[in-house]
Amino acid sequence: MSKKVETLESVVIRFAGDSGDGMQLTGTQFTETTALAGNDVATFPDYPAEIRAPAGTVAGVSGFQIHFSSLEVFTPGDAPDVLVAMNAAALKVNLPDVKKGGTLIVNTAGFDKRNLEKAGLTKSPLEDGSLSAYRVVAVDVTALTMKAVEGTKLGRKYAERSKNFWALGLVYWMFTRPLDHTIEWINAKFAKKSPDVAEANIAALKAGHIFGENAEVFAHSFVVPPAAIPPGRYKNLSGNEGVALGMVAASQLSGLDLFLGTYPITPASDILHHLAALRHFGVTTFQAEDEIAGVTSAIGAAYGGALAATTTSGPGLALKGEGLGLAVILELPLLVVDVQRGGPSTGLPTKTEQADLLQALFGRHGESPIPVLAPATPADCFWVTLEAARIAVKYMTPVLILSDGYLANGVEPFKIPDVADLPKIPVSFRTDPNGFFPYERDENLARPWALPGTPGLEHRIGGLEKHQKTGAISYDGENHEAMVETREAKVQKVAESYAPTEVHGDTSGELLFLGWGSTFGSIRQAVRTLRVQGHEVGHVHLRNLNPLPNDLAAIMKRYKKVIVPELNLGQLAFLLRGKLLADVVSHTKVQGKPFYESELLEAAAPYLEKKNELTAGSRAHGSERADA
Amino acid sequence: MSSLPVLAHTDPSALTRKDFVPSAEVKWCPGCVDYSILNQVQKLLPTLGIPRENFAFISGIGCSSRFPYYMETFGLHSIHGRAPAIATGLKLARPDLDVWVVTGDGDSLAIGGNHFMHALRRNVGLKILLFNNRIYGLTKGQYSPTSEIGKVTKSAPMGSIDYPIDPVSFALGSGATFIARAMGNDGPQLYDVLTRASQHKGTALVEIFTNCVIFNDGAFDQYTENKAEQQLRMVHGEPLRFGKDGSKGIAIDSHGRPTIVAGDAPNVLIHDEQSDALSFLLARLNPPEFPMSFGVFRAVNRPAYEQLAGDQIAYAKSKKKADLQALLGSGETWEVK
Ligand code: SF4
Repeated sequence: MSKKVETLESVVIRFAGDSGDGMQLTGTQFTETTALAGNDVATFPDYPAEIRAPAGTVAGVSGFQIHFSSLEVFTPGDAPDVLVAMNAAALKVNLPDVKKGGTLIVNTAGFDKRNLEKAGLTKSPLEDGSLSAYRVVAVDVTALTMKAVEGTKLGRKYAERSKNFWALGLVYWMFTRPLDHTIEWINAKFAKKSPDVAEANIAALKAGHIFGENAEVFAHSFVVPPAAIPPGRYKNLSGNEGVALGMVAASQLSGLDLFLGTYPITPASDILHHLAALRHFGVTTFQAEDEIAGVTSAIGAAYGGALAATTTSGPGLALKGEGLGLAVILELPLLVVDVQRGGPSTGLPTKTEQADLLQALFGRHGESPIPVLAPATPADCFWVTLEAARIAVKYMTPVLILSDGYLANGVEPFKIPDVADLPKIPVSFRTDPNGFFPYERDENLARPWALPGTPGLEHRIGGLEKHQKTGAISYDGENHEAMVETREAKVQKVAESYAPTEVHGDTSGELLFLGWGSTFGSIRQAVRTLRVQGHEVGHVHLRNLNPLPNDLAAIMKRYKKVIVPELNLGQLAFLLRGKLLADVVSHTKVQGKPFYESELLEAAAPYLEKKNELTAGSRAHGSERADA
Repeated sequence: MSSLPVLAHTDPSALTRKDFVPSAEVKWCPGCVDYSILNQVQKLLPTLGIPRENFAFISGIGCSSRFPYYMETFGLHSIHGRAPAIATGLKLARPDLDVWVVTGDGDSLAIGGNHFMHALRRNVGLKILLFNNRIYGLTKGQYSPTSEIGKVTKSAPMGSIDYPIDPVSFALGSGATFIARAMGNDGPQLYDVLTRASQHKGTALVEIFTNCVIFNDGAFDQYTENKAEQQLRMVHGEPLRFGKDGSKGIAIDSHGRPTIVAGDAPNVLIHDEQSDALSFLLARLNPPEFPMSFGVFRAVNRPAYEQLAGDQIAYAKSKKKADLQALLGSGETWEVK
C-alpha cells in the first residue's frame, strides 16, 4: 500500500559526505531528475580545496545543495530542509546550516569510533540527544547497500561505493521522483565498460527507493509541483560552461576563429576544459606557461585577427595586469574572464567572493580603462560573454568579465536559444591602404583592426604612447593627455549602447537594492519577500560595471535609501560614492559563501518604514510575480 | 569559416632592401652594432620570396627591441620579456605569417626567461634574434644575466656575483631545434646564419654578439681582433678547426673532455648539427682555454607547434561538424510547454 503524499512549494536539500563519497555526482543526478520533473532549480556545490584531504575528516567534507521549487528559484537556498550526511564529519560541518525541525538522513556506518575521532567528536551526536530539534532518520546505509548488491559480482570494497546511489534512491522516494533518468545515466556511463558496476549502482538505487516505501520512519512522501517556466527547450548550465559556449557562439556569430590563451587556475580551469574539446569549431586553446603568457599570447592572436580570450581567477588577473595595459594602449579586442575566488593570495581558492571589482577596474598602471561586465547567474554567463565580445570588437578594446566561483560551479536551467535569433557580431578589417593611419578613429572612437598580411598596411604599434593622428611614437605631453582622454572617452561611449537599466519591483519608494554579479538570486529573493510584506522595494542588478549606465544616478534618486550588498568590503559602494557622489548603504559579507536571504532582510530592516515581521523564506504569491 | 579578408598578395620577387627601410629615423647610439644587424636583416628579407606584408616583427623592451620601428613591415613593440608569448599567439592564429622576435639578453633571459624557454621547447615557428650585449643599455648600464662575474656597474659597484647564463646552453636544455651564434659586426657571418635561420621550420634562435658602445664597449673585441685564434667556425660535416690556416682542432681526450689538438690530427671532431652531445660541448667551449664557437650549433627537424595545433583542428573538423545549434542543445535537455 502506498503512503500519503504531501505537496510542498519549495525544498532545499544538501547532500554531504566525504569527498570520496560521490556527493557531487549524487547532487547532480538529483538536480537533473528534478529539472526534468519541471521544477525550477538552483544548485551550489561546495567541495574541499585539497584534492586529497584525509577521508572522514572535517577538511574532506564535500557538499552539494539543491533548491527546487514550483516557483521561480533565485538561489540554492538558505537553510537546508533536508541534510543527507554520510559520516560524522559531514554532519558536524553542515548541521549548523540546517533548518530547525529539518530532516537529517544519516548513515550510521559513518559514526563508528574511527569516524567520530576523525571528525573530532568524543560522543556520537546520534546518541547524546544533541539532535532533538531535528527529525533524524538514522540508517546503516553502508550495510543496506552491501546487502542490496550482494547478488552482483562486485567485491565488497566496490559494492560499498554504491552507497551514494542508495541514499539518492531514498531521497528520490521522499520527493516522489522517478528513477529512470539516473538508471539511464548509470547504464550510459558503466554498462559497456563495467556492467557489474552498473548493476550494483542500480541495485543500490532501487533498494534505497524501496526502503523509503517500506520503512516505518517515513509517514509520507512529498511532491513539489512543476514551476511556471517560460516554454522552450532547457538544459542545465554552469557558469563556466556558459562562458565557454558564449565564446564559441561569439566566434561563430563574428566569423572570427576563437583563441584562448590561459593558464590553469581554480575555479576557472573548466572553461579551458570545455573549449579544448571544441576544436572542430576552429577553437585554439593554448595552455600557456603562465598567466602572463596566457594574456600576451591572446594579444598576439588578437593582433592577427582572432577572437582572443584569456581566463583566470584573481591572482592570475594580478599577473595579467601588465599585459592588459598593453592591450589597452594597442586597442585590440580581447576577452578577459576573471572567475573570482576568496583572496588575497591563494586565499579560499574554491570559495566565492566579489573582491576583484576594483582590481578589474583599476588594477593596472596608468589610466587604463577597460569595460567590465558581470553575469548575474550561471546561464547569464553565456549572454554576458556574447555581449562582451560584441563590445570588444565594436570598440576595439579588451573587455573584462567578472564571474565568480559561485556562478562558475553553480548550475541553473538555461533556455536554449535559437541560433537564428542571435544577432551577428559585425567585424570589419581595414584593407584599404589609402590614407591609413593605425590610430584614426571611427564614430565609436575605435581604431581600425589592421591585420598583418594586409598589403600596404605595414605599420608599427606598441606600448609606447603614440601620436593621436599618425600613430607614430610621441612623447609630447599634450598629445599624451589627449590620448589618455580619448581612451577613456571611448570606454565611456560603451554606455551609449546600453538598453535602459531594468528596475525590478517598485520603481521608486523606500529602498533600492543595488547589486552586481552572483548576488542576484539572494537579492531577488529578498526583494520578493519584502514586497509581499507590503514594502516599496526595487532591485537594480548591474551587468555593466564600467562604464556605469548613464541612467543609474537618476534611478537611485527615486528611493529613500540605496543598499548595496556585496561579497567584499564594499567595492561597488566605494565606486558609487566616488563616481556618483551617492550616499549608499554598504552591506557586505566575505565568508566565501553567498548571501542568505535572511541576512539581506535583516540588513534592509532599518531602512523600511512599515516594520513588518521579517521572515526569511516568506514565499511570494501571484501579485508580486505579476508586476515584477 | 574565418572571416579574415582574403587578399591578393604583393609580388615578393620585386622586393629590394629599400622596401624594408621605413622613413622613421633610427635612434640607436652612433656606432651601436644594432645598426649592422638591421642592415643584414633588411638585406636578407627581400631574398626570401615572401610578400612584405607577411612579415611581422615582435619585440619586447630594451635597445634591441626598438628594431620593429626600423623595419617597413608589420611590427609590434610590446612589453618587457613577453615577445615570445605574443609571437606564439600570433603564429598560432596566423601560421601564414613569417614571425620574427627581436630580443635582448635582459629581455629574454631575465624578465622573459620563462616565455623564452617555452617558445624554444614548443618549437613555435619563430625566428628569435637575441641581441646579446651583456649589459642593460636602455636603463643605462646595469649588469645583465649574461654579464661576466665581477662586472662592475652602477648596480654592482663591487662587481657582479651572478653567474652568467649562456643562451646557447639554455636553448639546448630547452630542446630548441635550431641554435646559432654570430658576431653582430661581421656582416657576411651574420648574413649566413640568418639565412639558415630563415629557412628553419620551428623556432630558430640566433644569438648575436652586439657591442654596446656606451655601456659595455669592447665586450667582444677579442673575437674580432684575433679572429683566427678566438673564433671556432662550425660548419656541418667539416672538421672543427681554428687558428691560422686551421692549425688547431677540437678533440675529446681520454676523460671525455674537450681538448685542443693539431688541426690535422686524426681525432679532430667533425661538426654535426644533429648531435646533441657535440652541440653541448661546443656551447660550453669558452675562452680563455678555448675559442668561442660561431655558426650553427644545432639544426634538427621536429614538427612546428603551429603545425601540430593546426593538424588537431583540421582533424577535429574532419570528424565533427561545427554546429552551434547542436552544441548549445547538447547534453541532457528537456522541454517546458
Ligand atoms: S645603449 Fe648600447 S645597446 Fe643601446 S643603442 Fe646605445 S650602444 Fe646600442
